[in-house]
Order: sequence, then C-alpha cells, then structure tokens
Amino acid sequence: MDAAAPLLSVEDLRTHFFTVDGVTRAVDGVSFTVNAGETLGIVGESGCGKSVTALSILRLLPQRIGRIVGGRVLLEGEDLLGLDIGAMRDIRGNRIAMIFQEPMTSLNPVLTIGEQIAEAVRIHQGASAADALARAEEMLALVRISDARRRLGDYPHQFSGGMRQRVMIAMALSCNPKLLIADEPTTALDVTVQAQILKLMLELKERTGAAVMLITHALPVVAETCQRVIVMYAGRIVEMAEVTELFDRPLHPYTRGLMSSIPRLGAAARQKRLTEIPGLVPDLRKPVIGCAFAPRCPLADDHCRAEAPPLTEHLTAHQAACWKAGEAA
Amino acid sequence: MIAYIIRRLVATIPVMLLVAVIVFLLVHLAPGDPASVIAGDNATSDQIASIRAALGLNRPLWEQFAIWIGHVLQGDLGHSLFWNRPVAELILQRAEPTISLAITTLILAVTISITLGVLAAWKAGSGLDRAVMGVAVTGFSVPVFVVGYLLVFVFAIQLRWLPVQGYRPIADGLWPWFERLILPSIALGLAYVALIARITRTTMLEVLAEDYIRTAEAKGVATRPMLLKHALKNAAVPIVTIVGIGVALLIGGVVITETVFNIPGIGRLVVDAIARRDYPIIQGVILVFSGVYVLVNLAVDISYTFFDPRVRY
Ligand SMILES: Nc1ncnc2c1ncn2[C@@H]1O[C@H](COP(=O)(O)OP(=O)(O)OP(=O)(O)O)[C@@H](O)[C@H]1O
Ligand code: SF4
Ligand SMILES: [Mg+2]
Repeated sequence: MDAAAPLLSVEDLRTHFFTVDGVTRAVDGVSFTVNAGETLGIVGESGCGKSVTALSILRLLPQRIGRIVGGRVLLEGEDLLGLDIGAMRDIRGNRIAMIFQEPMTSLNPVLTIGEQIAEAVRIHQGASAADALARAEEMLALVRISDARRRLGDYPHQFSGGMRQRVMIAMALSCNPKLLIADEPTTALDVTVQAQILKLMLELKERTGAAVMLITHALPVVAETCQRVIVMYAGRIVEMAEVTELFDRPLHPYTRGLMSSIPRLGAAARQKRLTEIPGLVPDLRKPVIGCAFAPRCPLADDHCRAEAPPLTEHLTAHQAACWKAGEAA
Repeated sequence: MIAYIIRRLVATIPVMLLVAVIVFLLVHLAPGDPASVIAGDNATSDQIASIRAALGLNRPLWEQFAIWIGHVLQGDLGHSLFWNRPVAELILQRAEPTISLAITTLILAVTISITLGVLAAWKAGSGLDRAVMGVAVTGFSVPVFVVGYLLVFVFAIQLRWLPVQGYRPIADGLWPWFERLILPSIALGLAYVALIARITRTTMLEVLAEDYIRTAEAKGVATRPMLLKHALKNAAVPIVTIVGIGVALLIGGVVITETVFNIPGIGRLVVDAIARRDYPIIQGVILVFSGVYVLVNLAVDISYTFFDPRVRY
C-alpha cells in the first residue's frame, strides 16, 4: 500500500433514515479521509449527522430504519460497505474501535468489567480466557484504575461515570485499533473529569499510534487536541482544514458563528456578546434547495437560496462549501 | 446468601398461613355441618359423630384450626373418606405422573418459549416474528382440553405416532415414559409457552435497543453471544418472574390434562375427590399445590441475585 494513502477514506457517504414520518437524509454526501495516527475533529450542532457518520463507518446503524444508501468507506483501501457481516465483525473492535457518549449505559450491567474487556481480546486475537483476562487487567491499569486485578470482577454499577468511560477506553484500545472513533466521549461527564479523560485518551493514542476521530460539540477541545477539523451542518461537510488554519481563517459563516459562540476569557471577548447562531437546524426530511445554512446566514442572497454551494478548496488544504467563503459579514 | 434464603423462606410463612386458613375454612364454609360434609353423603350418624370427635368440632374454631395445622405440619393431611387411607400417602402415590408431567412440560415450554421469544425479538417485524406472536395469541386463548383432544385426534388417532392416553412409570423405560408425556405436555404447556414467549420478546426488544448492545456490536461480538450472553441475561429477571407466576397456569392445567389423557396423577385424584366430595383430599392437594407454587416463586426470587448483580441480598 502507498505510504501516503489515508488509513480511512469516506467517499460520498449517504445515510438515510426511513421512518413513518419520512426519509431523513442524516448524512448526505460526506467525503473525508483520516490519516494514520492523526487526530481528526468533527464538530457541528446537535443533529448534523456526526454520530450517524461514525456509526455508518462501523455499519452500526439502527436496523431496518437506518440505511447507507450510497458511497464508499475504504479502510486501507478495502470497502467496508461491501463486506459480509462476519468480515465486518472482524474489523469492529479490532481495526476500528468506538467509544460512545453515554458511559452510564454503554457497559453491560450484568457482565463483569473484566469479561467485557477480555471478550474483545478473545474474539479478535484468539486469546485464551486467562490471557485475555491478563490483557484486560493490563488495560485497566493503563487507564489508571487502581487495584486493577481486583476490579476485573466488579460490575459497571460499582464504577463512577468517569471510571466507566476509562473502562470503555480500555475496551476500545485492547486490540490496538488503527482507528479509534470517540463520539463525544466526555460530554456526559463532570466538567472536572472531562479534561482528565480526554488527556488519558490522547495519551494512550500516542502510545498505540492509533488515529482518532473525535466527535465533539466543543471547539476548544478541537483546538487543543486535533490536527484537522471537519465542520458539519445538516448532514454535509461545510468546512474542513488544519486546526490552526481553521481557527485563524474560518471561511464558512457557520464556522464563524460557532466560533463566536465560544465563551472567551479575554477582556475584549467579554465585551462582545456571546452570540449563538440564531435560527434552527433545518428539517432533514425536507429537500433542501440551495445552501442549507441560508435561512440562518447573515450573507445569504438569492444565489445562495437557489443553488447549493459545493465543497471547494479556497486556501491550501482548506475547503469550504460557501459561495461567499471568507467574505466579511 | 444462606441468611437471605432463610429470610425469604420466613417471608413465605404469612402467605402459606393464609392459604392454610382458606383451606381450613373450605370445609367450614361448605353448606351443612362440617362433620357431615367431611363424612360424605352416605355416612352413618355414628361415623359423623366420630368425625366430629376426631376433629374436635365442639371446640372453638381457632382451636380446631390449631389442631388441624399441627397435624398438617407433621405431614398428616387427614384421611380420605373414599379410600379410607391417609391423604398424604394417596398424594405421594400419585405424585410421580404429576411430577413427570410438570417437569417435562416446564423444561419443554421454557426452552421452546424463550427460543421463540428471542428469535422473534431479534427478527422483529419479520414473518417469523408474526408467526410466533400468532401462535402466542392463539395458544393463550385456546383451552387446554381443546388442544388436548385436537392433539390426540391428529397425532394419536390419525397419524398414530403417539399413544392416545395413559401413563407408564419411568421405571418401565425412558421412551415408554416420555412417549406418553409428549402430547399432554404440549397441551398443558401451550398457554405457558405463549405467556413466556411474549414476555421474552417484549423484554428482549427493550434490551436489544440498549446502548450496551451497540457496544457489544462495536466490539465485534457475533449474533449468538450477542443475543444469549449480552441480551438474554439482561432480560432474565422479567422472564423468570413470569416463568414462576405462570406455574399457576400449569397447576390449573394439570388437573384438566390428567383427565383428558387419563393420567393417574394428583390432578385426577382431586377431580375424583371433588366428584365424591372427599374434602380431606381436596384440602390436602390444595395445600400441596400452593406450597409448590410458593416455593417455585421463592426460587425465582433467589435466582434474581444470580442474573442481576445489582440485586442485593
Ligand atoms: N435512530 C434514528 N431514527 C431516525 N432518525 C435518526 C436516528 N438517529 C439519528 N437520526 C437523525 O439523523 C440526524 C443526525 O443525527 P446524529 O445523531 O448523527 O446527530 P449528531 O450530529 O451526532 O448530534 P448530537 O450532537 O446531538 O449527537 C438527526 O437529524 C436525526 O434526526
Ligand atoms: S452559501 Fe450563502 S447562505 Fe450559504 S453559507 Fe455561504 S453565504 Fe451563507
Ligand atoms: Mg451524536
């Protein structure tokens, strides 16, 4: 394989939900790549399709209602969407692992912590029960749960939220995945614990060399941890760039809106009112004509409302989907 | 754990006491003098007098109850009027066919119903799911004797695959014993299967929508361990609860099934006793069946700690 080829390449992914009240185009033509070992951030308001993108990669969409209707997901050149379910299971938890937002409900309440971590090791590495449990203990110690050996036999209800998320991290990294998808891994935790967990995750990422796809609401988290950022809006990518580039020169009015809604500590920032982006996320069940952001965009004109802007490169390695990319409001 | 079991056992005492009171009052609430009720229709006045003396009917009611319960606790359930033998002995003699029928039904019904319920939930909305639910709805509403006669007609009389009726002790060999239990077990178990399959499906549907199932899938867990290890164990508490409660269905059904299939068990004993107004037998059988029901549900209670680590004892 070409050394420069990306680890993961998502091409024109389209994932729709078929429910009684219509078809939701949750992901509507998303393309991006994840390079080996990098940290890629995905941000955007609630409902913009971040989780669905992640779940589509692992093909974990809710059965029957959620369907990938188009596109390709290439892992080291192999299209995951064409794999049979057995081959897909060989990838889940092994080459691509995932951590979810809800640590309180993501662990099985009736299985021991040790078993839940060891299971992945048994499945993917054909390890014996004893070896798998030893690996589980090693992983627990690695995520800094004290007295790891004894805690292997504990159940999730004996752990706090932060500790459960550590267990999830231990589970996800137990088979040395090439890619770790973390879907808002800290949102549900206490603010004091959030930073710890994030730091731990990225530290372990460095050790294992895994690439991380970090889904978050929080732009400051992205600024601190990611190399590249994708901004999503209404099921599409609206902007994509290196992190410093994006923060220095945000091109899309939506990205700018997100940035101005971050509370800043500086005196100058305090004078500026905390602006939330006015308006609502569009209903993804209705067909969108023109730019999906137009109803909320201060720059919108008739052209915007008539024709959807394609994602194009405006600056070096910096793409945006806006007719007026970079123009001042 | 032992302390917990003892505590639960003690907690069943009030229930059993209540059952005992009702069973005791059965005779006293029946129209007419209890002694002549117990003695039966063809008793002589001497017999009635001796029964009255034996039961101490001249004493206050609570004292009579105390004497009676004292006997029951020693395993003395009284004397059958028709057979003129101890009721406990009669019940023991008839126990094997009933226990055989109950256990085969329980094992068959529980395995079949849970399998069906799990499959229906896994393939919710599919043809299989609809078929299972169809069977569950009809299975629950068709009476045991209708199912029984239908099974006999098709499989015993028309196809001649299985015997029409009767019972052979297990000592006569496993197959002759089992062969005669197949149709009765199906007839008896159908409503039970329907009940458990429905609860299993509903509970499994809820569990399969839980986040931890998605976590298991994200780990690469295959379908079978996903269903059985990750999901079913979480669904176990409501399922075993209904298995326990549903034993009441089995107890009621045993009486009818034994009559339809001419099985000489406790059910038949009590049917005959009712026809002969043999009250001591009726009392004894109700006590035994109630005791079994309470013990089964006690076992169910205790099993919660095995299925769910969050249950404290
Ligand atoms: N199970 C589902 N059934 C129907 N529609 C769904 C389902 N899951 C997601 N959707 C739709 O897909 C769209 C994208 O949802 P998604 O969960 O990806 O958002 P998100 O960006 O992860 O938001 P959040 O930040 O709140 O997690 C939403 O508009 C939602 O309505
Ligand atoms: S295309 Fe027009 S409406 Fe859409 S973001 Fe750009 S300026 Fe706003
Ligand atoms: Mg989400």
